[in-house]
Amino acid sequence: MKIVVCLKQVPDSETRVKLDPTGKSLDSAGVSLVVNPYDEYAIEEALKLKEAAGAGEVIILTLGASGAATAIRNALAMGADRGILLKADTANADARAISEALSSTIKELSPDLVLCGKQAIDDDGAQVGPRIAELLGWPCVTVVTKLEISPGKVRAEREIEGGIEVCECALPAVITAQKGLNEPRYASLKGIMAAKKKEILEQDVTLSAPGLVTSSMSLPAGRSAGRMVGSGKEAVPELVRILREEARVI
Amino acid sequence: MATHTQDDVTGVPPMAELSDIHLQVRATARQFSDEVVRPRAAAADESGEFPASNIREMAELGFLGLPFPEEFGGAGLDNLSYMIAVEEISRSCASTGITLAAHISLGCSPIWDFGTPEQKRKYLPRLASGKALGCFGLTEPNAGSDAGGTQTHARAVDGGWIVNGNKIYITNGSVAEVCVFTARTSKEQGTKGISSFIVEKGAPGYRVGKRENKMGLRSSDTVELIFEDCFIPKENLLGVEGQGYKQFLKTLAGGRISIGALSLGIAQGAFEAAVKYSKERQQFGQAICEFQAVQFMLADMGLKIEASRHLVYEAARRKDLGLPYSKQGAMAKLFASEAAMWCADKAIQVHGGFGYMRECPVERMFRDAKLMEIGEGTSEIQRMVIAREILKES
Repeated sequence: MKIVVCLKQVPDSETRVKLDPTGKSLDSAGVSLVVNPYDEYAIEEALKLKEAAGAGEVIILTLGASGAATAIRNALAMGADRGILLKADTANADARAISEALSSTIKELSPDLVLCGKQAIDDDGAQVGPRIAELLGWPCVTVVTKLEISPGKVRAEREIEGGIEVCECALPAVITAQKGLNEPRYASLKGIMAAKKKEILEQDVTLSAPGLVTSSMSLPAGRSAGRMVGSGKEAVPELVRILREEARVI
Repeated sequence: MATHTQDDVTGVPPMAELSDIHLQVRATARQFSDEVVRPRAAAADESGEFPASNIREMAELGFLGLPFPEEFGGAGLDNLSYMIAVEEISRSCASTGITLAAHISLGCSPIWDFGTPEQKRKYLPRLASGKALGCFGLTEPNAGSDAGGTQTHARAVDGGWIVNGNKIYITNGSVAEVCVFTARTSKEQGTKGISSFIVEKGAPGYRVGKRENKMGLRSSDTVELIFEDCFIPKENLLGVEGQGYKQFLKTLAGGRISIGALSLGIAQGAFEAAVKYSKERQQFGQAICEFQAVQFMLADMGLKIEASRHLVYEAARRKDLGLPYSKQGAMAKLFASEAAMWCADKAIQVHGGFGYMRECPVERMFRDAKLMEIGEGTSEIQRMVIAREILKES
């Protein structure tokens, strides 16, 4: 079974986000980068499927700057077989352009399955997985928390409001991973050493002009200071009044 | 949620000599330390129970054979990677850190450095894969800093030796399947006539004695080992007869760097706790990190830790490059251990009354740090080693 996992390198969730002077993107200075956490579920699932099948190949596909090779290396240390880095300037790229570039490489690879994170934690677009499926004309199941593969067929459980939806589709297909799908493994020390010898193919790609342009970004307003209503039992009626009449939360 | 950090948690660029491999080792060790080791550290300290789960999971990840070649079951990494791993694990739990360091530097290294090809083939794969733990029996009631005072005695008999004597304060002593120990094989006194042997758990006449009740590192295993007419077959002589003293000097020279790394981890853990608390704790209407008195403590902690890290990494790098490292290792161990004690002390000071309470992690780190100034050569012995090397050079 040949599986392609789409991986994005994103700022660490513990990073304090700052805007760059243009106000249209994030300031990358001093930001530590990690593998998008939802993509880690996708990697883990691909590795588990390969292990269960006893054969196959897990290919990591990334689009980004040359530094993104570090993220691929992490996935290879977890156990993926090889990586492909599509080097492109993503400063003005939109989800369509990125999905087009990824899907044309996927088409050449002709895998049985494509796994993506359900979204990247930086721009929260959640578009790339479904767009790849659309461009390839393959079925797509998003936000998957359980995945079973039988010959030529996929059974996936996905989270919906208040419950679980069970879907079936044919292979090849695109699946996007949600938290709960599995528990991603640590990169073992032997895995780190083995990853040194694994191939990362780098290709320059030119992205098509964006159809969507970011006009501005802004940070959320700081929280205003709290207000002391009083203390002890005496303060309760006033607190209840404020919650009911001013905040209108009860 | 699991994340694979590629860089320091602070976002600070790594030191120049760290390769991608070192950064990946750090990322795995740090993630494992934060997610698995840290949540268990306080309870293990309280109960004194050996951190067997940590060790088993570390074995699965390849930590227990970190610097040994893959053909012997190791991970095939270098000493710098090993120090980074000890540092990161010890940031959360020094008891787990010393178990790892004693296993690799004291249990496995003598076999790797001095063992015959047969001994390496027999013991290293089991040890490096973590199927068995190793320990090192050197200290005796009358042979501490003066290890030349070894009294454990090996009498030559047909096919081997009969050993009598006892070893004390042996890290991993009761959990180790394989023990390297020293004994006197001739009547000569002092540093001559000492040889090293390998003994396996369960050998007749070899048993565990007193279990120590320690101030710190409470969940690490520290016991007495007793030899009573214990037969050691001749193939268990480690390397050459009479070379024991030279062998353990070399073993300790390498082991010291790992105690430096352990110290560095404790200091870093205490420092991180102090920084975090100083930003949260409000007194006189502001966070206490706004006070210069607290800032100066944080500044000095940061400084000592950075200096320790340079010394420890440099000593490891020299060992990896095959350069002499005796002086650098002793300097790293001495400076980092005293820095750890100082940082743990100041971390308690920053925490105030809460820092003195058992529920505060820095209280444990303070107790753990003290051994760093004693184990594998006291601070005084380190100064002697450094001075000797300096005088030899000039």
